[in-house]
Amino acid sequence: MAAASKKPFRWHIGVFLAPAVLVYTAIMILPLFGTLQLSLFRSIEQVQTFVGFDNFRTLFTDPNWSFNFWNALKNNVWFFIIHMVVQNPIGVMLAALLSSPKLRFTAFYRTAIFIPTILSFVIVGFAWKLILSPIWGVAPNVMGLVGLKSWFTPWLGKEEYALTALSLISVWQFVGIPMMLIYAALLSIPDEVIEAAECDGITGWSQFWKIKLPLILPAIGIISILTFVGNFNAFDLIYTAQGALAGPNYSTDILGTFLYRAFFGFQLQVGDPHMGATIATMMFLIILIGVCFYLFLVQRRLRRYQF
Amino acid sequence: MSKATSSLPRTIGAHAILLTYTVIALFPVFVVVINSFKSRQAIFQQPLMPPMPKTFDLVGYTTVFGQGDFFLYFQNSLIVTVVSLFFVLLFGAMAAFALSEYRFRGNTLMGLYLALGIMIPIRLGTVAILQLMVASGLVNTLTALILVYTAQGLPLAIFILSEFMKGVSDDLKNAGRIDGLSEYTIFFRLVLPLVRPAMATVAVFTMIPIWNDLWFPLILAPSEATKTVTLGAQIFLGQFVTNWNAILAALSLAILPVLILYLIFSRQLIRGITSGAVK
Repeated sequence: MAAASKKPFRWHIGVFLAPAVLVYTAIMILPLFGTLQLSLFRSIEQVQTFVGFDNFRTLFTDPNWSFNFWNALKNNVWFFIIHMVVQNPIGVMLAALLSSPKLRFTAFYRTAIFIPTILSFVIVGFAWKLILSPIWGVAPNVMGLVGLKSWFTPWLGKEEYALTALSLISVWQFVGIPMMLIYAALLSIPDEVIEAAECDGITGWSQFWKIKLPLILPAIGIISILTFVGNFNAFDLIYTAQGALAGPNYSTDILGTFLYRAFFGFQLQVGDPHMGATIATMMFLIILIGVCFYLFLVQRRLRRYQF
Repeated sequence: MSKATSSLPRTIGAHAILLTYTVIALFPVFVVVINSFKSRQAIFQQPLMPPMPKTFDLVGYTTVFGQGDFFLYFQNSLIVTVVSLFFVLLFGAMAAFALSEYRFRGNTLMGLYLALGIMIPIRLGTVAILQLMVASGLVNTLTALILVYTAQGLPLAIFILSEFMKGVSDDLKNAGRIDGLSEYTIFFRLVLPLVRPAMATVAVFTMIPIWNDLWFPLILAPSEATKTVTLGAQIFLGQFVTNWNAILAALSLAILPVLILYLIFSRQLIRGITSGAVK
């Protein structure tokens, strides 16, 4: 080690690091801080002027902005809740079934259930829009097969259902990710632990609840934070299925679509980079709080269960 | 032995649940693809039937190929994805090697700095990225997309690859050093070939979000000449809302290449996820 520190400057380390650090800094980190900075300015008569937190005050209190902002935030929270209570339990259940020993065709199930995850939002959004369309009638037909035809309504077109329907479509698309990660976590549980449980007579469901579930909690934590970041950054599915106005009547508007309209403009609304940056800053803060909460509170507690 | 009696119903139950979910996962894709080969009348009258000789019709596909510039869009997507992937893998592997191989001041800090991007999405910087691209005249070029996707892919690539590079034997590298190989030769000739499986995993993880992204093509490169397949399909679908044959055909065309690639690489992808690289 002493020899290493006496050496002259090791250029090759710089050469290895430089391209990645340069691209990453120039395209990702600097624009991120640039955006945070832009939120403190406003262009007044074509001149950028420092206005402190005025843009945030506008966002929270000006009736033109605040209704949309709180609405988008509320919708986004609901979008996240649906993912947490539907996507993750289904993912855990599928993974638990897949990892049961001596079950055949698991490779087939795994491959098939993961297929929606690789498709683009454009395909998923449109395919579901067609299927749920009352004009085509695939959804009422299928529901008719199980005798539930009378339950059908055009969910995507109704204010009270549209957001939940879209959240469930997103769940349908992404359930493969929790399934795979939890499947991996279940496979990594040492056989001795399972054998010890079996010797003590703990099998089947109680084995899952008492032995396996506590051991896969760290994986569930990672999935939750990935879902959180993904949901508060979502845009594509809503934009494809409902357009930039996130209809009907803004009922499916989330922060991503709100940011797009504010920043880029849509129809009569003129794009405003400063308000866009303000919304992006709020999204950044929300995600940052979520990630910090996970890193400092959740992950520390979960660590104790690891081997 | 109560275990033997209860295991058969349990196996059947497991298969029933998994099969039901598989049907739910595949049904929309299936419905879209079979209906794309049918005549307009048959699409509406028997949406759940496979195409029969009587109802078989390729009118949707002829519309799509006649209208949209799908070959150009496809080519754009391919260029953007392949070039970004190349840079992510090359730059990512180089940085991962530097972080995992050498001890230098600021090593941990640099690792943390590069890992920031795993959690904070690059999308939040869009406003300033657009300004940057406007200032450098890169708006509506594929270069803009390639730069953004390279930056987007690097954090996770570096994170995964440096985990793998820590596993490459020190003896091998030191043997190379004794033989007088330069650090660059050691990296390109000895280490890179050994981490090829990890590179494949990173490639699949990097590729899917790039190919499927709608946000950056929409904002940075919406011109006709630079549209990607995802954006092109989105606009095409919006224009042909009432032409169901064309929509179903366009959706099928968008699904099939990804599906084929996935079926070829699915073992690699699943092995990558389950090998603990992402834990």
